[in-house]
Amino acid sequence: MADMTSPVPSAPLLDVRDLGIAFRSGAGMVQVTRDVTFAIAPGETVGLVGESGCGKTVTGLALMGLLPSATSHITGSVQLEGENLIGMPARQLQRRRGAKISMIFQEPMSALDPVFTIGQQISETLRAHRSVSAKEARERGIEALARVGIPEPALRFDAYPHQLSGGMRQRAMIAIAIVCEPRLLIADEPTTALDVTVQAQIVDVLGDLCARLGMAMLFITHDLGLVAQTCSRLVTMYAGEVIEQGRIDDMLVRPRHPYTSGLLRSLPALAARKTKLPAIPGRVPMRGEMPDGCRFRPRCDFALPPCEAPQPLDPVPPVGQVRCCRNDELELKGVLS
Amino acid sequence: MSVLSEGAVRPVPAPRRRSRFMAWMRADTRAAASLVFLILLVGASLLANWVAPYSPLEQSMDILAPPSAAHLLGTDDLGRDVFSRLVHGAPASLYASVLAVLIGTSIGLPFGVLAGYLGGWVDTAVSRVIDTILSCPSIVLAIAVTGALGIGLTNSMIAVGIVFSPGLARLIRVQTMIVKGELYVDAARTFGMSTPRLVLRHILPNAIQPIIVQVTLLLATALLAEASLSFLGLGVQPPHPSWGQMLARAYAYMEIAPAQMYAPGLAIMFTALAFNGLGESLRSQLDPTRRRSD
Repeated sequence: MADMTSPVPSAPLLDVRDLGIAFRSGAGMVQVTRDVTFAIAPGETVGLVGESGCGKTVTGLALMGLLPSATSHITGSVQLEGENLIGMPARQLQRRRGAKISMIFQEPMSALDPVFTIGQQISETLRAHRSVSAKEARERGIEALARVGIPEPALRFDAYPHQLSGGMRQRAMIAIAIVCEPRLLIADEPTTALDVTVQAQIVDVLGDLCARLGMAMLFITHDLGLVAQTCSRLVTMYAGEVIEQGRIDDMLVRPRHPYTSGLLRSLPALAARKTKLPAIPGRVPMRGEMPDGCRFRPRCDFALPPCEAPQPLDPVPPVGQVRCCRNDELELKGVLS
Repeated sequence: MSVLSEGAVRPVPAPRRRSRFMAWMRADTRAAASLVFLILLVGASLLANWVAPYSPLEQSMDILAPPSAAHLLGTDDLGRDVFSRLVHGAPASLYASVLAVLIGTSIGLPFGVLAGYLGGWVDTAVSRVIDTILSCPSIVLAIAVTGALGIGLTNSMIAVGIVFSPGLARLIRVQTMIVKGELYVDAARTFGMSTPRLVLRHILPNAIQPIIVQVTLLLATALLAEASLSFLGLGVQPPHPSWGQMLARAYAYMEIAPAQMYAPGLAIMFTALAFNGLGESLRSQLDPTRRRSD
C-alpha cells in the first residue's frame, strides 16, 4: 500500500477543514483541537499519529458526530463525499453512520453489547441500513465474519461476545463495521488492547479489507510501526493541532517537524541496541496552559525566538504540510535514511 | 434472552431452548420448587370451583373449628371452610400483586429510562417528583390514593403500583446512566442505530437485570400490601375472600383460635418466597456472561 503515492485528487472522500473542538468545562470552553485540516482520497489509508491527549480520538469521534452536543462545540467542516457532516440533522447523520462511515474502537472487550450474540449485532447493523430478510442478514453476517478471518464463522455467528478472545472480538467488531461496506472506516487504535501477534493479524485484516472493498481508512494510532506498515499518508497531531502531514515515505525518511522526528526516533525496534532510547522530554501541555506560538516549543531542541510566533502550516513539496518555521533549515533524522 | 432476540436466527431453536430450561431447573432446585409452587397456585386459582370442596361463602354453625377431615384447614368465625376460602382467595391475591407490579413498572420504567438517558432538566424534574413521592410514608400514600380512586381491590392495587413506581424509576434511571456511558452504546451509534432503537435494544436489556430482581421482590411486597389494605378494609370487600382479608378476620379471634392465622399467613409467606426465589434465579439465568457455553 505504501507505494500508492498519488496526491489527494480534486474530489477527496473526506475533507476535514479547520476542525475545532471545544468542550464546556465549568463556566468556560476549553479548546481541545483547532484548525485540524486533512483530506482522505477514496481507498486511501491515512495514519493519524500523536501522543496520548493530543486530540486524535476526539477528532475521530467528531468525524462520526459522536461528541455530545450539549457539552461540546465544533467549528469548521467535515465533508464526506461533498456533504458537510457538521451540523447535519441527527436523522440524516444516523443514516450515514455504519453505511458510509464506520468506526472501530480501542477496546474490543467493551465495544460489543454483552447481551446479544455477534450475529444479532451484525444483523442489526445490516438491517438498519439495508432492507434484507433475516435469512439474508445471516448469510451476509457469516460472510462478513469469514472476511475478517474468523474461523468457523457460522458457529461464531451465534456466540456471545464473552465467548470470544480479544482478537476475535476485535475481528467481530470490524465485521460489524464493514458489513454495510462503508466508504470510510475510522480505526481508533484498534490494536492497542491486543497482543503483539494479534495486532499484526488485525492490521493485515484491515489492510486486506481496504484493498478488497476499496474502502478508505483513517488509522488513529500512536504506534508508528503499524503506520509504516499500512498507511500511504501520515498526519501528525500535537496538542490539538495538525503539525505535519505528507506521504509516509517522505516523512519516514525526512520528517520536517522536530516532533515527528522525535516520535520516529523513539521507536524501540528501530533504535540501535544498548543505546539509550531517545525520548521526547516533557509531556503534552495541559489544556489551558498552551504555550503561545509553536505549541511544541517548550519540548523542542531546536526552538529559537521566531518559534514564539504562531506557526502557520507551510506547504512541503510535493504534497506535504508542516507547522514549523525552521523546517527548511533543519536536517531531522527519520528512520529509513 | 429469547424474548429479546427479535431478528435472531437460530438453527434449531425449540429443542435447545427446552433443554436449557431443563438444565436450569435441574441445577437450581430452589427455582424449580418456586416454579412448581406458583404453577400449582395458578392452577388452583383457575380451577378453584373444582378444587375447593365448599363454596367460599357457604356458612355453617360449625364455627372456628380446628382442621378435620370435613374441613381440611378448619372453619372461620362464620363457619366457612378455610381451605375453600384460601383457594378462592388466591386469584384475588395473585391478580393484586401482578397488577400492582405491572402498574408500578409501566409508570416507573419509562420515566426512569427517560430521566437517565436524557439527563439535564428532564432528569432534574423526574428526580424531584420521585423524591416528593418517596418522602410520603408508602402505606399512607396508598391509603390516600385508594381513598381518591375509590375502595376496591383494583383501585387499591393501582395505588400500590403508584407507590412502587418511584423506586423502580430511580433504579432504572441509575442503571440507564451507567449503561449509557458504555462503549458498545457509542459503537452501536457509529453503526447507524437510531436513538429509540439504541435505548430499547442496547440500553434497556443491559440495564434491566436489577429491575427483574426488584420486580420479583415487589410481587411479594404487593402481596403483603394487598393483605395490609384488605386488612384495613380498603381492598377486597367482604364476603369475598382474599388472603389479607382472611388474615384480618383471623386476627380478631387471635385469642380464641390462634391457629386461624396460619393458613392465610403461610400462604402469603410461601408465595412471597416463591416469587423471590424465582426472581433471584431468573436474574442470574438471564445474564449471558454467567451462562456456560451452550
